[in-house]
Amino acid sequence: MDLFEKRAMALALSLVLMFFGLIVYAAKGLQADLPTCLPNARLFKNGQMVEVGPNRYQVDAVAFMWSFDMGQGNTIKVPRGAVVDFYVTSRDVMHGYHIDKTLVNLMAIPGAVTYARAKFDEAGEYQIICHEYCGLGHQSMAGKVIVE
Amino acid sequence: MQTQAIPLKGATRFIILSELIIPFILLILGVLLGLYQVLARAGIIKSPDILGINYYQGLTLHGVINAVVFTTFFAVAFGNAIMLHQLRRPLKEGVQWASWVLMVGGTLMAAWAMLTGRATVLYTFYLPMVAHWTFYVGATLLLIGSILPYFLDWIPNTLAWRRENPNAKLPLAVLGNLINFTLWFLIILPLATTVLFQMLPLSLGLIQETNVLVSRTLFWFFGHALVYFWLLPSYIMLYTMLPKLAGGKLYSDPAARLAFLLFLLFSIPVGLHHQYTEGGLSSGWKLWHAFLTFMVALPSFITAFTVAASLEHAGRNNGAQGLFGWMSKLPYWNKEGDRWLFAYFISGLILFLFGGITGIVNASYNMNLVVHNTAWIVGHFHTTVGGLVTLSFLGMTLFLIAKLRGVEVKAKGLALAAPYLWMIGFVIFEIALSITGLQGAPRRSNLGISYLDPSQSHLYRGDWLFWSHIGAFGGMIAVIGFLAFTISLVGTLFAKPVRQPEVDFPIAEAVHEQPTPLVVNLRPWVTATLLLIVISYTYPLYESMTRGVLANAPGYRSEGNSLQPPQQPSEQTSLPK
Repeated sequence: MDLFEKRAMALALSLVLMFFGLIVYAAKGLQADLPTCLPNARLFKNGQMVEVGPNRYQVDAVAFMWSFDMGQGNTIKVPRGAVVDFYVTSRDVMHGYHIDKTLVNLMAIPGAVTYARAKFDEAGEYQIICHEYCGLGHQSMAGKVIVE
Repeated sequence: MQTQAIPLKGATRFIILSELIIPFILLILGVLLGLYQVLARAGIIKSPDILGINYYQGLTLHGVINAVVFTTFFAVAFGNAIMLHQLRRPLKEGVQWASWVLMVGGTLMAAWAMLTGRATVLYTFYLPMVAHWTFYVGATLLLIGSILPYFLDWIPNTLAWRRENPNAKLPLAVLGNLINFTLWFLIILPLATTVLFQMLPLSLGLIQETNVLVSRTLFWFFGHALVYFWLLPSYIMLYTMLPKLAGGKLYSDPAARLAFLLFLLFSIPVGLHHQYTEGGLSSGWKLWHAFLTFMVALPSFITAFTVAASLEHAGRNNGAQGLFGWMSKLPYWNKEGDRWLFAYFISGLILFLFGGITGIVNASYNMNLVVHNTAWIVGHFHTTVGGLVTLSFLGMTLFLIAKLRGVEVKAKGLALAAPYLWMIGFVIFEIALSITGLQGAPRRSNLGISYLDPSQSHLYRGDWLFWSHIGAFGGMIAVIGFLAFTISLVGTLFAKPVRQPEVDFPIAEAVHEQPTPLVVNLRPWVTATLLLIVISYTYPLYESMTRGVLANAPGYRSEGNSLQPPQQPSEQTSLPK
């Protein structure tokens, strides 16, 4: 192989390794990590929201055709600055659980529990969008986080 | 390397021709449904269906036809033509007929299920949504049919060729094609496992429950390497034909071989990057798959370099001066001979720049949280499979039909305009969908009757409207390009023959030919590939069977028909006003 080719390959390799290094730093250093396996996940059949500490909440969300059950329907209200742990599952088919303007972007899988944490610093309404096709009513499957 | 045309008559000619024409007829429906979808997603059409076809039924047809049927048929037809032309050995008619009957029969079964609304499960057909059994059986027959020529025709022919030419280098196009179908065979296995042991029994009512997470893991074991199965025929064309059409030579033959082998190695153990946001799988393994996904970007970087170097070589051959002068000395609009095909490759390459960059974003582990299942993803794959892959496949379809019928390409002006219109349309579409994706617009959703319908005040997202309209505009330009192509293709299909039917390809010579030992011996590559698959999938599969799932969880059991709400009549979502 000629010199230019070797240089191009070395450059490409350095580039992807740099990207990967930055990703690992963001995941482990800045704590922007992905959902992981929860071997001891609790089984829940119904949604609920529990205040687990000062301005800290836990939400169990059950997705179903075509809404979310988070205790009191598809909407939750939290104060500004709240830290919320979301546990999400489905009781029928695959659904999505994407909270607008946050990094909470999860797949609701029957039989598995997935998890993400969000801190709501700004007051307002955050749409929760089902972004996985789940049947004819899919396009209207949504919920809301209201931050006061 | 063979560069002469080979005359072709009889059954083999009919089979290759029909393997190009049958999927194209379906593709017309697939593209028109795409037009409906882009209009519905912009809120221009506010309806759950068009001409009796439901939005999601249409989306299933659009995905299955465009991304599975059209691509698989083309890969087989192109593979047949390449092996025939490069090895100069006849194909076995019995094998070809068996393959043809399975593929056409399977496609008809699946098409019936989709058209009658019995398989509205999208092209990913995630469990526990269940389709009619004909959909699964049809898909399986299509896949089995597509792998037959590889085992019964191409491998025996390659071995026979090897015996006759013990010291010759395997032609580059043959190597690429064999690697592509080796990949295809390896990934059909996990897909067949979930289809035959989970989906089909569920659909027939033989079992009542199944593990959804395992099914998804097996599906994506197949699903990402699938995109390389689409891509490698395009890469064969870029390496072996584009340089010749441009008026030059392939810059480096060993680099091309290395790229194909790296695809074999890294294409498969990357599927977890489609499952980043799922519970039940450890984030450490997701990071490992992210790393391997970055590694599979390497052969694409190598390709970008080699193709650009080959084009520069061609430009300088054509009399270009200076550092960038070669860019203006390429046959962008040339009706002479087969040169028109260049337009399809160069347009596809421009789209692939967008596809490559957005693909690296998608692969980027935590960055995926911003774009997962949003319109961003739709923009991405319309510049990869909908870009380079579709354009090179369409161009080659027209090229092969003209050769196999012994005619000149008709309406060459339209055939030349088509790829540029398609490219411009999809650049606009890609930018628009990327932006709406970042704004949070979901993929796979009929936005016209929800988020972009002002009467649904609890859902309405006016901020998505502008860029959704721009996306629809881009989609319309692309469809106009497709119509231009269709006119040229139909003209070519019914033109009067002026030559004898033949298979011919413009195969380029290489500037750098000297073989590197690394790329000559294939055995270590195959061993490493299998090893990497075992390493990358053993633990995630174990996790999806045990640690990651709750066997008694609600919804673990399938609830039957895909379109009906399961038990309780679900209240339509209504938020407190």
